[in-house]
Amino acid sequence: MDIVISDLSKSYGEKIVLEGFSAIIPEKKMTFIMGPSGCGKTTLINILMGLVDKDNGTITGVPARKSAVFQEDRLCESFNAVSNVRLVCDNKVKNQEIILNLEKIGLNDHMLKPVIELSGGMRRRVALVRAIMAGSDIIFMDEPFKGLDEKTKEKTMQYVADNIGNKTVLIVTHDIDEANFLGGKIIEMEHSGSVTYYNYNSSID
Amino acid sequence: MMISTILNRNRIEKIASVVFALIVWQASAMLIGESLLLVTPIAVVKRLFSLFTEADFFTSIGYSFLRIVAGFLIGLVAGSLMAAIAGKFHLAEIMFWPFIATIKSVPVASFIILCLIWLSMGTLSSFISFLMVLPIIYSNVLQGIKSTDKKLLEMAEVFRVGLFRRIVFIYMPQLKPYLISACSVAMGLAWKSGIAAEVIGVSNGSIGEKLYEAKIYYTTADLFAWTVVIVVLSIGFEKLFLYVIKKFYARLERL
Repeated sequence: MDIVISDLSKSYGEKIVLEGFSAIIPEKKMTFIMGPSGCGKTTLINILMGLVDKDNGTITGVPARKSAVFQEDRLCESFNAVSNVRLVCDNKVKNQEIILNLEKIGLNDHMLKPVIELSGGMRRRVALVRAIMAGSDIIFMDEPFKGLDEKTKEKTMQYVADNIGNKTVLIVTHDIDEANFLGGKIIEMEHSGSVTYYNYNSSID
Repeated sequence: MMISTILNRNRIEKIASVVFALIVWQASAMLIGESLLLVTPIAVVKRLFSLFTEADFFTSIGYSFLRIVAGFLIGLVAGSLMAAIAGKFHLAEIMFWPFIATIKSVPVASFIILCLIWLSMGTLSSFISFLMVLPIIYSNVLQGIKSTDKKLLEMAEVFRVGLFRRIVFIYMPQLKPYLISACSVAMGLAWKSGIAAEVIGVSNGSIGEKLYEAKIYYTTADLFAWTVVIVVLSIGFEKLFLYVIKKFYARLERL
Protein backbone atom coordinates (compact mmCIF):
# COMPACT_ATOMS: atom_id res chain seq x y z
CA MET A 1 0.00 0.00 0.00
CA ASP A 2 1.32 3.45 -0.90
CA ILE A 3 1.76 6.00 1.84
CA VAL A 4 -0.67 8.85 1.27
CA ILE A 5 -0.04 12.14 3.03
CA SER A 6 -2.79 14.75 2.79
CA ASP A 7 -2.77 18.34 3.94
CA LEU A 8 -0.15 17.79 6.61
CA SER A 9 0.70 20.67 8.94
CA LYS A 10 3.17 21.03 11.75
CA SER A 11 4.31 24.05 13.75
CA TYR A 12 6.72 24.46 16.62
CA GLY A 13 5.22 27.39 18.50
CA GLU A 14 5.14 30.30 16.09
CA LYS A 15 7.37 28.56 13.57
CA ILE A 16 5.42 26.81 10.81
CA VAL A 17 7.45 23.90 9.49
CA LEU A 18 4.90 22.14 7.28
CA GLU A 19 1.65 23.52 5.95
CA GLY A 20 -0.76 21.82 3.57
CA PHE A 21 1.81 19.24 2.62
CA SER A 22 0.52 16.35 0.50
CA ALA A 23 2.42 13.54 -1.19
CA ILE A 24 2.28 9.90 -2.19
CA ILE A 25 5.17 7.64 -1.32
CA PRO A 26 5.01 4.54 -3.49
CA GLU A 27 5.19 1.15 -1.85
CA LYS A 28 8.33 -0.98 -2.27
CA LYS A 29 10.20 1.78 -4.07
CA MET A 30 12.79 4.38 -3.22
CA THR A 31 11.66 7.93 -2.73
CA PHE A 32 14.03 10.82 -2.18
CA ILE A 33 13.07 13.92 -0.28
CA MET A 34 15.17 16.90 -1.27
CA GLY A 35 15.11 20.55 -0.39
CA PRO A 36 16.96 23.32 1.41
CA SER A 37 17.87 23.08 5.10
CA GLY A 38 15.00 23.92 7.42
CA CYS A 39 12.23 23.16 4.93
CA GLY A 40 10.84 20.37 7.11
CA LYS A 41 12.35 17.20 5.62
CA THR A 42 13.41 15.72 8.95
CA THR A 43 10.16 16.82 10.61
CA LEU A 44 8.25 15.02 7.85
CA ILE A 45 10.04 11.71 8.37
CA ASN A 46 9.84 12.09 12.16
CA ILE A 47 6.06 12.41 11.79
CA LEU A 48 5.98 9.36 9.50
CA MET A 49 8.09 7.40 11.99
CA GLY A 50 5.66 8.34 14.77
CA LEU A 51 8.23 10.31 16.76
CA VAL A 52 6.56 13.70 16.30
CA ASP A 53 2.83 14.42 16.41
CA LYS A 54 1.29 16.19 13.44
CA ASP A 55 -0.95 19.20 13.98
CA ASN A 56 -3.32 18.53 11.10
CA GLY A 57 -3.73 16.32 8.06
CA THR A 58 -3.98 12.61 7.41
CA ILE A 59 -1.39 9.93 6.78
CA THR A 60 -2.31 6.43 5.67
CA GLY A 61 -0.40 3.33 4.66
CA VAL A 62 2.69 3.60 6.90
CA PRO A 63 3.79 0.03 7.66
CA ALA A 64 4.05 -0.95 11.31
CA ARG A 65 7.48 -2.54 10.97
CA LYS A 66 9.88 0.36 10.54
CA SER A 67 13.60 0.90 10.61
CA ALA A 68 15.68 4.03 10.27
CA VAL A 69 19.03 5.67 9.73
CA PHE A 70 18.70 8.80 11.83
CA GLN A 71 20.48 12.07 11.23
CA GLU A 72 22.66 11.16 14.20
CA ASP A 73 23.79 7.53 14.28
CA ARG A 74 21.99 6.68 17.53
CA LEU A 75 24.13 3.64 18.28
CA CYS A 76 24.64 1.97 21.65
CA GLU A 77 28.12 3.35 22.24
CA SER A 78 29.65 0.74 24.52
CA PHE A 79 28.57 -2.20 22.34
CA ASN A 80 30.29 -3.40 19.20
CA ALA A 81 28.86 -3.21 15.67
CA VAL A 82 27.57 -6.78 15.70
CA SER A 83 25.70 -6.19 18.97
CA ASN A 84 24.23 -2.94 17.67
CA VAL A 85 22.80 -4.75 14.67
CA ARG A 86 21.75 -7.73 16.80
CA LEU A 87 19.70 -5.34 18.99
CA VAL A 88 17.14 -4.79 16.23
CA CYS A 89 17.25 -8.18 14.53
CA ASP A 90 14.93 -11.10 14.94
CA ASN A 91 16.36 -13.99 17.00
CA LYS A 92 16.40 -16.11 13.84
CA VAL A 93 19.07 -13.87 12.27
CA LYS A 94 22.43 -15.51 12.88
CA ASN A 95 25.51 -13.55 14.00
CA GLN A 96 27.31 -14.89 10.94
CA GLU A 97 24.79 -13.13 8.72
CA ILE A 98 25.34 -9.84 10.57
CA ILE A 99 29.12 -10.23 10.26
CA LEU A 100 28.76 -10.91 6.53
CA ASN A 101 26.77 -7.71 6.04
CA LEU A 102 29.29 -5.67 8.03
CA GLU A 103 32.06 -7.15 5.92
CA LYS A 104 30.24 -6.24 2.72
CA ILE A 105 30.28 -2.63 3.79
CA GLY A 106 33.99 -2.66 4.67
CA LEU A 107 33.94 -3.00 8.46
CA ASN A 108 35.95 -6.23 8.52
CA ASP A 109 38.49 -5.31 11.18
CA HIS A 110 36.30 -3.06 13.28
CA MET A 111 33.11 -4.93 13.98
CA LEU A 112 34.15 -6.21 17.41
CA LYS A 113 35.28 -2.84 18.80
CA PRO A 114 32.87 -0.73 20.85
CA VAL A 115 31.31 1.61 18.28
CA ILE A 116 32.44 4.62 20.33
CA GLU A 117 35.96 3.80 19.09
CA LEU A 118 34.94 3.85 15.41
CA SER A 119 35.25 6.80 13.05
CA GLY A 120 32.20 8.82 12.00
CA GLY A 121 32.05 7.09 8.61
CA MET A 122 32.24 3.62 10.16
CA ARG A 123 29.52 4.44 12.64
CA ARG A 124 27.33 5.66 9.80
CA ARG A 125 27.77 2.36 8.01
CA VAL A 126 26.89 0.40 11.18
CA ALA A 127 23.70 2.46 11.43
CA LEU A 128 22.94 1.62 7.78
CA VAL A 129 23.46 -2.12 8.22
CA ARG A 130 21.29 -1.97 11.34
CA ALA A 131 18.45 -0.33 9.40
CA ILE A 132 18.71 -2.76 6.52
CA MET A 133 18.95 -5.93 8.61
CA ALA A 134 16.06 -5.06 10.91
CA GLY A 135 12.95 -6.93 9.90
CA SER A 136 11.06 -3.93 8.55
CA ASP A 137 8.80 -3.03 5.63
CA ILE A 138 9.90 0.58 5.41
CA ILE A 139 13.29 2.22 5.95
CA PHE A 140 13.61 5.91 6.73
CA MET A 141 17.03 7.33 5.98
CA ASP A 142 18.00 10.86 6.96
CA GLU A 143 21.13 11.78 5.02
CA PRO A 144 22.42 8.20 5.23
CA PHE A 145 25.67 8.75 3.32
CA LYS A 146 26.69 11.89 5.17
CA GLY A 147 30.35 11.91 6.19
CA LEU A 148 31.49 9.15 3.82
CA ASP A 149 34.30 9.72 1.37
CA GLU A 150 33.46 9.26 -2.34
CA LYS A 151 34.80 5.73 -2.67
CA THR A 152 33.16 4.47 0.52
CA LYS A 153 29.96 6.28 -0.38
CA GLU A 154 29.71 4.46 -3.68
CA LYS A 155 30.40 1.11 -2.06
CA THR A 156 27.81 1.86 0.62
CA MET A 157 25.19 2.98 -1.90
CA GLN A 158 25.79 -0.25 -3.82
CA TYR A 159 25.29 -2.19 -0.59
CA VAL A 160 21.97 -0.38 -0.04
CA ALA A 161 20.88 -1.01 -3.63
CA ASP A 162 21.72 -4.71 -3.33
CA ASN A 163 20.09 -5.29 0.03
CA ILE A 164 16.89 -3.29 0.39
CA GLY A 165 14.85 -5.95 -1.35
CA ASN A 166 11.16 -5.11 -1.56
CA LYS A 167 11.13 -2.49 1.13
CA THR A 168 9.71 1.00 0.85
CA VAL A 169 12.64 3.37 1.32
CA LEU A 170 12.41 7.07 2.07
CA ILE A 171 15.70 8.95 1.84
CA VAL A 172 16.28 12.55 2.88
CA THR A 173 19.24 13.93 0.98
CA HIS A 174 20.84 17.08 -0.43
CA ASP A 175 22.74 15.16 -3.06
CA ILE A 176 21.05 14.48 -6.41
CA ASP A 177 23.82 12.00 -7.27
CA GLU A 178 22.49 9.66 -4.61
CA ALA A 179 19.08 9.67 -6.31
CA ASN A 180 20.73 9.18 -9.70
CA PHE A 181 22.74 6.23 -8.40
CA LEU A 182 19.94 4.47 -6.54
CA GLY A 183 16.99 5.48 -8.75
CA GLY A 184 13.49 6.36 -7.60
CA LYS A 185 11.06 9.20 -7.19
CA ILE A 186 12.06 12.61 -5.94
CA ILE A 187 9.88 14.82 -3.81
CA GLU A 188 11.27 18.30 -3.78
CA MET A 189 10.34 20.50 -0.88
CA GLU A 190 10.71 24.26 -0.99
CA HIS A 191 10.35 26.94 1.57
CA SER A 192 8.39 29.99 0.56
CA GLY A 193 7.50 32.24 3.44
CA SER A 194 5.68 29.96 5.82
CA VAL A 195 4.47 27.55 3.13
CA THR A 196 6.19 24.35 2.08
CA TYR A 197 5.44 23.19 -1.46
CA TYR A 198 6.38 19.96 -3.02
CA ASN A 199 6.37 18.51 -6.46
CA TYR A 200 7.69 15.43 -8.16
CA ASN A 201 10.24 17.00 -10.39
CA SER A 202 11.73 13.84 -11.69
CA SER A 203 11.50 10.14 -11.70
CA ILE A 204 14.63 8.09 -12.13
CA ASP A 205 14.09 4.37 -12.55
CA MET B 1 54.92 6.66 31.34
CA MET B 2 54.03 10.06 32.78
CA ILE B 3 50.69 8.82 34.10
CA SER B 4 52.33 5.87 35.84
CA THR B 5 54.87 8.23 37.43
CA ILE B 6 52.08 10.45 38.72
CA LEU B 7 50.20 7.39 40.06
CA ASN B 8 53.33 6.16 41.82
CA ARG B 9 53.90 9.56 43.32
CA ASN B 10 50.28 9.71 44.53
CA ARG B 11 50.65 6.30 46.12
CA ILE B 12 53.90 7.27 47.84
CA GLU B 13 52.31 10.49 49.11
CA LYS B 14 49.33 8.57 50.49
CA ILE B 15 51.53 6.00 52.23
CA ALA B 16 53.65 8.80 53.68
CA SER B 17 50.54 10.57 55.00
CA VAL B 18 49.29 7.36 56.64
CA VAL B 19 52.70 6.76 58.25
CA PHE B 20 52.67 10.35 59.50
CA ALA B 21 49.16 9.93 60.97
CA LEU B 22 50.26 6.73 62.72
CA ILE B 23 53.29 8.51 64.18
CA VAL B 24 51.05 11.35 65.45
CA TRP B 25 48.68 8.77 66.94
CA GLN B 26 51.53 6.84 68.63
CA ALA B 27 53.11 10.05 69.98
CA SER B 28 49.76 11.36 71.27
CA ALA B 29 48.98 8.07 73.01
CA MET B 30 52.44 8.01 74.59
CA LEU B 31 52.06 11.63 75.68
CA ILE B 32 48.66 10.99 77.28
CA GLY B 33 50.07 7.83 78.82
CA GLU B 34 46.67 6.34 79.59
CA SER B 35 45.56 3.45 77.38
CA LEU B 36 41.97 3.85 78.58
CA LEU B 37 41.78 7.24 76.88
CA LEU B 38 43.92 6.58 73.84
CA VAL B 39 45.53 3.28 73.03
CA THR B 40 48.69 3.14 70.90
CA PRO B 41 48.53 1.77 67.35
CA ILE B 42 51.03 -0.91 68.32
CA ALA B 43 48.70 -2.11 71.09
CA VAL B 44 45.82 -2.18 68.59
CA VAL B 45 47.82 -4.34 66.18
CA LYS B 46 48.73 -6.71 69.02
CA ARG B 47 45.09 -6.95 70.08
CA LEU B 48 44.09 -7.53 66.48
CA PHE B 49 46.41 -10.52 66.22
CA SER B 50 45.14 -11.92 69.49
CA LEU B 51 41.56 -11.51 68.19
CA PHE B 52 42.32 -13.88 65.32
CA THR B 53 42.93 -16.70 67.76
CA GLU B 54 39.70 -16.20 69.68
CA ALA B 55 37.04 -18.80 69.02
CA ASP B 56 34.18 -16.45 68.23
CA PHE B 57 36.14 -13.98 66.06
CA PHE B 58 35.10 -15.43 62.73
CA THR B 59 31.58 -16.33 63.88
CA SER B 60 31.02 -12.68 64.91
CA ILE B 61 32.32 -11.52 61.54
CA GLY B 62 30.14 -14.06 59.73
CA TYR B 63 27.06 -13.03 61.74
CA SER B 64 27.42 -9.31 60.98
CA PHE B 65 28.69 -9.77 57.42
CA LEU B 66 25.81 -11.96 56.30
CA ARG B 67 23.14 -9.70 57.79
CA ILE B 68 24.58 -6.40 56.63
CA VAL B 69 25.36 -7.67 53.13
CA ALA B 70 21.87 -9.19 52.89
CA GLY B 71 20.38 -5.83 53.91
CA PHE B 72 22.52 -4.09 51.31
CA LEU B 73 21.58 -6.50 48.51
CA ILE B 74 17.85 -6.35 49.32
CA GLY B 75 18.13 -2.53 49.37
CA LEU B 76 19.91 -2.63 46.01
CA VAL B 77 17.25 -4.78 44.38
CA ALA B 78 14.28 -2.98 46.00
CA GLY B 79 15.73 0.49 45.31
CA SER B 80 16.40 -0.40 41.66
CA LEU B 81 12.91 -1.86 41.19
CA MET B 82 11.27 1.16 42.83
CA ALA B 83 13.34 3.48 40.62
CA ALA B 84 12.30 1.53 37.52
CA ILE B 85 8.63 1.85 38.50
CA ALA B 86 9.02 5.55 39.36
CA GLY B 87 10.85 6.13 36.08
CA LYS B 88 7.95 4.61 34.18
CA PHE B 89 5.06 6.06 36.19
CA HIS B 90 5.32 9.60 37.47
CA LEU B 91 2.50 8.91 39.92
CA ALA B 92 4.61 6.21 41.57
CA GLU B 93 7.48 8.67 41.96
CA ILE B 94 5.13 11.08 43.75
CA MET B 95 3.78 8.28 45.95
CA PHE B 96 7.28 7.07 46.87
CA TRP B 97 8.52 10.56 47.70
CA PRO B 98 7.25 10.85 51.33
CA PHE B 99 8.72 7.45 52.23
CA ILE B 100 12.09 8.18 50.65
CA ALA B 101 12.21 11.69 52.15
CA THR B 102 11.37 10.31 55.61
CA ILE B 103 14.02 7.59 55.47
CA LYS B 104 16.58 10.13 54.28
CA SER B 105 15.90 12.70 57.00
CA VAL B 106 15.11 10.63 60.12
CA PRO B 107 18.24 9.90 62.22
CA VAL B 108 19.32 6.28 61.98
CA ALA B 109 19.25 5.95 65.80
CA SER B 110 15.52 6.70 65.81
CA PHE B 111 14.91 3.95 63.29
CA ILE B 112 17.05 1.52 65.28
CA ILE B 113 15.12 2.14 68.50
CA LEU B 114 11.80 1.88 66.66
CA CYS B 115 12.90 -1.34 64.98
CA LEU B 116 13.98 -2.78 68.34
CA ILE B 117 10.28 -2.81 69.15
CA TRP B 118 9.22 -4.20 65.76
CA LEU B 119 11.89 -6.73 64.87
CA SER B 120 13.97 -9.56 66.28
CA MET B 121 17.66 -9.00 67.01
CA GLY B 122 18.61 -11.28 64.12
CA THR B 123 16.95 -9.12 61.49
CA LEU B 124 17.61 -5.69 63.03
CA SER B 125 20.96 -4.94 61.35
CA SER B 126 19.71 -6.28 58.00
CA PHE B 127 16.65 -4.08 58.12
CA ILE B 128 18.57 -0.96 59.16
CA SER B 129 21.19 -1.51 56.42
CA PHE B 130 18.37 -2.03 53.94
CA LEU B 131 16.69 1.21 55.04
CA MET B 132 19.88 3.24 54.66
CA VAL B 133 20.72 1.73 51.26
CA LEU B 134 17.24 2.03 49.75
CA PRO B 135 16.98 5.83 49.25
CA ILE B 136 20.53 6.13 47.89
CA ILE B 137 20.03 3.41 45.30
CA TYR B 138 16.54 4.65 44.48
CA SER B 139 17.59 8.28 43.95
CA ASN B 140 20.67 7.46 41.89
CA VAL B 141 19.06 4.82 39.70
CA LEU B 142 16.03 7.05 39.12
CA GLN B 143 18.32 9.92 38.13
CA GLY B 144 20.12 7.54 35.77
CA ILE B 145 16.85 6.38 34.21
CA LYS B 146 15.70 9.98 33.75
CA SER B 147 18.93 10.96 32.07
CA THR B 148 18.79 8.06 29.61
CA ASP B 149 19.45 9.30 26.09
CA LYS B 150 16.03 10.15 24.63
CA LYS B 151 17.32 9.70 21.10
CA LEU B 152 18.29 6.10 21.82
CA LEU B 153 14.86 5.46 23.30
CA GLU B 154 13.29 6.91 20.14
CA MET B 155 15.49 4.61 18.08
CA ALA B 156 14.24 1.64 20.14
CA GLU B 157 10.67 2.86 19.64
CA VAL B 158 11.02 3.03 15.84
CA PHE B 159 12.69 -0.40 15.64
CA ARG B 160 10.17 -1.81 18.15
CA VAL B 161 12.94 -3.17 20.37
CA GLY B 162 11.57 -5.34 23.22
CA LEU B 163 11.80 -4.38 26.90
CA PHE B 164 14.53 -6.89 27.77
CA ARG B 165 16.81 -5.68 24.98
CA ARG B 166 16.08 -2.05 25.89
CA ILE B 167 17.15 -2.76 29.47
CA VAL B 168 20.34 -4.58 28.42
CA PHE B 169 21.44 -2.33 25.54
CA ILE B 170 20.13 1.10 26.54
CA TYR B 171 19.28 1.42 30.23
CA MET B 172 22.02 -0.72 31.80
CA PRO B 173 24.96 1.08 30.10
CA GLN B 174 23.43 4.46 30.95
CA LEU B 175 22.97 3.42 34.58
CA LYS B 176 26.54 2.20 35.03
CA PRO B 177 28.07 5.37 36.57
CA TYR B 178 24.99 6.01 38.71
CA LEU B 179 24.93 2.43 39.96
CA ILE B 180 28.65 2.33 40.76
CA SER B 181 28.62 5.61 42.70
CA ALA B 182 25.38 4.66 44.52
CA CYS B 183 26.73 1.23 45.52
CA SER B 184 29.98 2.75 46.70
CA VAL B 185 28.23 5.24 49.00
CA ALA B 186 25.46 2.85 50.08
CA MET B 187 27.85 0.08 51.04
CA GLY B 188 29.79 2.25 53.50
CA LEU B 189 26.52 3.43 54.99
CA ALA B 190 25.16 -0.12 55.24
CA TRP B 191 28.14 -1.12 57.38
CA LYS B 192 28.05 1.96 59.60
CA SER B 193 24.30 1.78 60.23
CA GLY B 194 24.24 -2.01 60.52
CA ILE B 195 26.94 -2.04 63.17
CA ALA B 196 25.25 0.86 64.99
CA ALA B 197 22.05 -1.21 65.06
CA GLU B 198 23.94 -4.17 66.51
CA VAL B 199 25.51 -1.98 69.20
CA ILE B 200 22.22 -0.38 70.25
CA GLY B 201 20.32 -3.65 70.01
CA VAL B 202 23.24 -5.65 71.51
CA SER B 203 22.75 -8.41 68.96
CA ASN B 204 24.12 -11.68 70.36
CA GLY B 205 27.23 -12.95 68.57
CA SER B 206 27.67 -9.87 66.37
CA ILE B 207 30.53 -7.42 65.89
CA GLY B 208 28.24 -4.80 67.42
CA GLU B 209 28.07 -6.84 70.61
CA LYS B 210 31.89 -6.83 70.75
CA LEU B 211 31.89 -3.04 70.47
CA TYR B 212 29.25 -2.86 73.19
CA GLU B 213 31.40 -5.04 75.46
CA ALA B 214 34.39 -2.81 74.76
CA LYS B 215 32.30 0.11 75.97
CA ILE B 216 31.10 -1.71 79.11
CA TYR B 217 34.59 -2.92 80.11
CA TYR B 218 36.47 0.17 78.89
CA THR B 219 38.74 -1.96 76.69
CA THR B 220 39.84 0.71 74.25
CA ALA B 221 42.21 -1.65 72.41
CA ASP B 222 39.25 -3.95 71.66
CA LEU B 223 37.21 -1.02 70.40
CA PHE B 224 40.00 0.06 68.03
CA ALA B 225 40.80 -3.49 66.91
CA TRP B 226 37.17 -4.28 66.06
CA THR B 227 36.86 -0.93 64.32
CA VAL B 228 39.81 -1.88 62.13
CA VAL B 229 38.07 -5.18 61.36
CA ILE B 230 34.86 -3.34 60.37
CA VAL B 231 36.74 -0.91 58.13
CA VAL B 232 38.63 -3.76 56.43
CA LEU B 233 35.40 -5.73 55.90
CA SER B 234 33.59 -2.68 54.56
CA ILE B 235 36.35 -1.64 52.14
CA GLY B 236 37.06 -5.25 51.13
CA PHE B 237 33.43 -5.96 50.31
CA GLU B 238 33.07 -2.65 48.49
CA LYS B 239 36.10 -3.42 46.30
CA LEU B 240 34.88 -6.95 45.63
CA PHE B 241 31.34 -5.85 44.79
CA LEU B 242 32.46 -3.04 42.49
CA TYR B 243 34.83 -5.50 40.79
CA VAL B 244 31.89 -7.86 40.21
CA ILE B 245 29.76 -5.00 38.79
CA LYS B 246 32.55 -3.93 36.43
CA LYS B 247 33.06 -7.54 35.31
CA PHE B 248 29.31 -7.85 34.76
CA TYR B 249 29.36 -4.75 32.56
CA ALA B 250 32.41 -5.95 30.64
CA ARG B 251 30.54 -9.18 29.92
CA LEU B 252 27.35 -7.34 29.03
CA GLU B 253 29.17 -5.16 26.51
CA ARG B 254 30.57 -8.24 24.78
CA LEU B 255 27.04 -9.55 24.10
